[in-house]
Amino acid sequence: MTDTSIARRGGGSASAPAGRPRRSHRPPKKASGLNPKYIPYVLLVPGILVIGALLLYPMFQAFVISFQKVGIPQIRDVNPRPAEWLGWENYTKVFENDIFWSSLRNTLGFAAVTVSLTLIVGTAVGVLLNQLSKRMSTFLIIGIMFAWAVPPVAQGVIWRWLFDAEAGIINWALNLLPDFLSNALFGRADWTGQPWTNEAFSILLILVVTVLWSSFPFVAVSVLAGLKGIPGELYEAARVDGSGSWRTFWKITFPLLKPVFAVLTILSIIWDFKVFPQLYTLMNGPTNREAFNLSMFSYAEAFRSPPKMGSGAAIAVILTIILLVVTSFYIRQMVKSEDVQ
Amino acid sequence: MTTVPAYKNVDRPRQDQLNRMRKVAKYRAKGRRIALNSVAVMVFVVAMFPVYWMVSTAFKTNDQIFTTEFIPFPTSFTFEHLDRVLSEGVAGNSIWLYLRNSAIVALGTVAVGAVFSLLAATAVARFRFKGRTSFLIALLVVQMIPAEALLIPLFLSVKRLGLYDQLLGLIVINVGLTLPFGIWMLRTFVASVPKSLEEAAWIDGASRMTAFWKVLFPLVAPGLVATSIFSFITAWNELIFALIIMSDSSGYTMPVALQFFFGQRGTDWGAIMASSTLMTIPVVVFFLLVQRRMVSGLVAGAVKG
Repeated sequence: MTDTSIARRGGGSASAPAGRPRRSHRPPKKASGLNPKYIPYVLLVPGILVIGALLLYPMFQAFVISFQKVGIPQIRDVNPRPAEWLGWENYTKVFENDIFWSSLRNTLGFAAVTVSLTLIVGTAVGVLLNQLSKRMSTFLIIGIMFAWAVPPVAQGVIWRWLFDAEAGIINWALNLLPDFLSNALFGRADWTGQPWTNEAFSILLILVVTVLWSSFPFVAVSVLAGLKGIPGELYEAARVDGSGSWRTFWKITFPLLKPVFAVLTILSIIWDFKVFPQLYTLMNGPTNREAFNLSMFSYAEAFRSPPKMGSGAAIAVILTIILLVVTSFYIRQMVKSEDVQ
Repeated sequence: MTTVPAYKNVDRPRQDQLNRMRKVAKYRAKGRRIALNSVAVMVFVVAMFPVYWMVSTAFKTNDQIFTTEFIPFPTSFTFEHLDRVLSEGVAGNSIWLYLRNSAIVALGTVAVGAVFSLLAATAVARFRFKGRTSFLIALLVVQMIPAEALLIPLFLSVKRLGLYDQLLGLIVINVGLTLPFGIWMLRTFVASVPKSLEEAAWIDGASRMTAFWKVLFPLVAPGLVATSIFSFITAWNELIFALIIMSDSSGYTMPVALQFFFGQRGTDWGAIMASSTLMTIPVVVFFLLVQRRMVSGLVAGAVKG
């Protein structure tokens, strides 16, 4: 870190490198007359501009808007009015709204259930992949790759079709259950016409299945990659010492894969907290308020008439804060291992 | 000392026992393999069935679609749904138009994103400079920002800049959404190319530029392809910004257009499945192409940092 002179000198002398002693292994400078000190900054300019203009500054703006009143009069094309400063009013109103609390509950509950199911199923499939022969594991990887590759909107469409009230395959399968069993479990025998996408709870149920189906492959393949990195001698030693497979998993596999699991957990949390396209498709837009998660609630507040952008922004800010708190541990961890290399 | 002679006598029975144990172990291993393979087939079926069901519904006639019976194969194989979505389409335009819009947005995003992320990844992987760590932390943190938080300010800016209802506006936004992860993923690919290769080129008299293009770039290219495909898929699948920025139906992308199949008078499942299939094909092809590299990029980018 000797390049502290940049701030003082600015870019002024960048093109005048003559006479300065050169270190021997530096490339000749004739092609680009740029002092090597400034090269990384020049390379970073487009990236920093994009991230600043499209992510950081809008985030700041969202924060500001969450304290303002921004509706039709402010966003209309002709003669827009300036935004009105409200202070904390958007937030207090949001906190008084029942839909906010049900959205928050849905977001947290959905994430908790889906993240744990995804990790369990994904790890099980990853361990399975590791035990299979080469041909069999390639076959299975290609199969689960299909589930992973389906675009989120198409996922929503597919599962909506599988759970269709009249012609859905799920209702057909439930009708196959023997009547007494179906009656004992669910209190009904005939499932034809069961409108799964009408009620909040069953919408969220379908959402869990959809997201689980599409996201366990990533966990499985990552766990497989991690398992491949564990030396086989460890397992041999465990077997010689008489350790069973369950014990081997918890004593050897799990501790060694901990970093992988940490990352997978965090990534899954980030993804499942803001699941939007699947939910939007499943309920055909922001229709059923009880099934909203925070993303959908923010979208509905800001873009359904009458648009309340301020309150939508407040919800988005709350969601961001929750996400940052949940993931701050991970970021700290990454930064610690990061800044040396 | 009395145990030593005893060992001599056990010699033969031990051999027998060993053989028997080997046999049992062999059977057990075989049983285990069969069990594992059948579980694998089951997982395969569960993962594949919804995709298969989408494709098979797209090729069934309506009386095979709208039935409470289970018809595993489209015995009444038909292209009518595919024909219909390509000619009539939905919301007043052929599905071709929406596929084209999606392709323009995704390719535009990739074209800009690939250049920007390669430059930035080279900077953080090849140079030690002041502010490097802060930049890396910023990259991580901005990935936590939910798109919903950016939705409102970006919507207002897009309107102000006259990019509303323009594919260009969507491209710009998608570049912003995909760039942090692109840089993050690509820098591991750049870092994995030994620096000594470039230094050797410098010693041979190559300039930095030449060394970059002739040495580093060819070696990073596969990683750049993987990163670009990741951005392509993200932009191709993006729904929420396309919903709010494109108001005219001729500018819809596929994810938005698919929403319009759900009508008041029942849903045309054959048509929507045909369209979803068309939307899914490019993504699946890309996935299978870069499958291995993408996983290593995702995990390395995430795990090792």
